Amino acid sequence: MSSPGFATALRCRECHRESAMEPIYVCDFCFGPLEVAYDYEALRKVVTRESIERGPASIWRYADLLPCDREYAVDIQAGFTPLIKADRLGKELGLNHLYLKNDCANPTWSFKDRVVTVAATKAREFGFTTLACASTGNLANSVSAHAARAGMDAFVFIPNDLEQGKIIGSAVYGATLIAVDGSYDDVNRLCSELAGKYPWAFVNVNMRPYYAEGSKTLGYEVAEQLGWRAPDHCVAPMASGSLYVKILKGLEEFAKLWLIDSVQTKMSGAQATGCSPIVTAWKSETQDIRPVVPKTIAKSLAIGNPADGYYALEAMARTGGYGVAVDDDEIVAGIELLAQTEGIFAETAGGVVTASLKRLAEQGRLARDEVTVAFITGAGLKTQEAVAGVLEPPLHVQPTITSFEEALGARNTVAAASAQ
Amino acid sequence: MSKQRVKFTFPQDLITIPVIYELGKEFSIITNIRRADVTEDRGWVILELEGELPEIERGLAWVATQGVRVDPVQGDILAG
Repeated sequence: MSSPGFATALRCRECHRESAMEPIYVCDFCFGPLEVAYDYEALRKVVTRESIERGPASIWRYADLLPCDREYAVDIQAGFTPLIKADRLGKELGLNHLYLKNDCANPTWSFKDRVVTVAATKAREFGFTTLACASTGNLANSVSAHAARAGMDAFVFIPNDLEQGKIIGSAVYGATLIAVDGSYDDVNRLCSELAGKYPWAFVNVNMRPYYAEGSKTLGYEVAEQLGWRAPDHCVAPMASGSLYVKILKGLEEFAKLWLIDSVQTKMSGAQATGCSPIVTAWKSETQDIRPVVPKTIAKSLAIGNPADGYYALEAMARTGGYGVAVDDDEIVAGIELLAQTEGIFAETAGGVVTASLKRLAEQGRLARDEVTVAFITGAGLKTQEAVAGVLEPPLHVQPTITSFEEALGARNTVAAASAQ
Repeated sequence: MSKQRVKFTFPQDLITIPVIYELGKEFSIITNIRRADVTEDRGWVILELEGELPEIERGLAWVATQGVRVDPVQGDILAG
C-alpha cells in the first residue's frame, strides 16, 4: 500500500472542489486545472530545517513536501543544483547581490528532471508501465532517462523537424521516438487524443498535477541555499508559466511551514518576443492571454498557449514583478554574456533570462542591493546552433611559434580596429 | 464512444455565430459546456464533446475552418 505522505487531495484551481489523488488533470465539474493539496498543520510538526538538511543532495530531501511515496522514487539525482554568487555578471549589470540557480547541473542538463522524477514516481505508484510526453527537447531527454532508470517503456512525440542532437539525447536511453508531421498545434491535438486512448502516464497530461509539484523544489533550494531566507527578486523564464508559479509556491510553502520568514519576493518573468503571450497580456494589463504561433530560437519556451499563463499573471501582479520579452539577437547576446562572465553555457532559455536581467537592470527595475536570483534552466550543449554562427572561429596556425604569433597579432589588430 | 475536452477561442467577428449549435446539429456529437468567458471583443468556451472519435475529429476540423481556435483543455502539451 503506497502512502503519498502529507498530500491529501487534488483541488481545482478554479472551483476549489476536491478530488481523490488519481491520474487525472482537470476537475470533473468545471474542467479547471487541478493542484495537489497538503496537510500543512501535520507537515509543520514533522518538517524542520534540520530534517531537510539531513536528507539527500537531491529534490528528495523535500520528500515530505512532494505528493508521492518515496519508496517508489524514480531517482537519477535531480535537483540540489548549485546556487552561484554571480559577481562578474553582477558587476556588468550593476547588481551587488546577484545569484544564479544553475539547473544545467541536473542529470539530463535541465530543470525538467525535477518534474519528471516526481511524475515518474507517481506513475510507478499508480501502476503505469509506460511514460510518455511530447517535447522539443529537454522534457523528452528527461522522460527517456527516467523511464530507463525505472525499467518502464517510453514513448516520446517530437515535431518532425527536430534537430539531430535532440533526438539522440532521447533515443540513447532506448525510448521509442515518434516524429509527427504537422504543426505544433497538430502535435498537441494528437497527443491530447492519445492521452485519452492509451493507458500511459503522459507526464504533463494525466500526471500534470504531480509533475508540476517538482518545480517548487527550485524555490525550496534557493531559500535553503541563501541561508533560509527568500530572495528579494526572482527572474525566471516562462513557457507554460508553471515553473514560474511553482517557484513562488515553494517559497510561500516554506514560509507557511515557518522555515523562513514571510515572503516579499518580486517575481519577474521572461519570454522570447517571438512567443510572449504572458508578457503581452501583462503589458496590456489584461488577464486575457491570447494564444500565439511561436517563432523564436528559444524553442524550450515556445508554448503558444500557456496552461498556467493566467496564474503567472496573477503571481506577477501580486508580487509586483515585471514581464520582459527579448528578441532573438538579445537571446544570443545573453547566452554569450552569461558564458563569458560566469562560465555557464546555457541554452536559449538561459539567454532569455540573462537578457531580461540586463533589461530590468537598465530600466532600474532591479535595485542594486536587492538579493536577486536568476534561474538558468538548461545547458547550452543542447542548442549549440543558436550561437554557432556568432562566435569567433579558431585560429589556424602552423606548428611554429612564428605562425602562432602572426595569427594572434592579426586577430588583435582586427579586434582593435573593430573596437574603435 | 469517445469524450474529448477542448477549448474554443473565438475571435471578435465570430462571437455572434452559433458555432457550437451547428457542431451539434451537423455532426453526431453531444456538446456539453462547462466554463466560458465572453466579452465584447473575444470569447472562450471549455466544453466536452462526446461521439465516435472520427466524428469528433471531423467536427473539430470543421470548427477550425470556421476561424475558431481549438486547443486541448489543458493548454499546450508539447513542451520544451
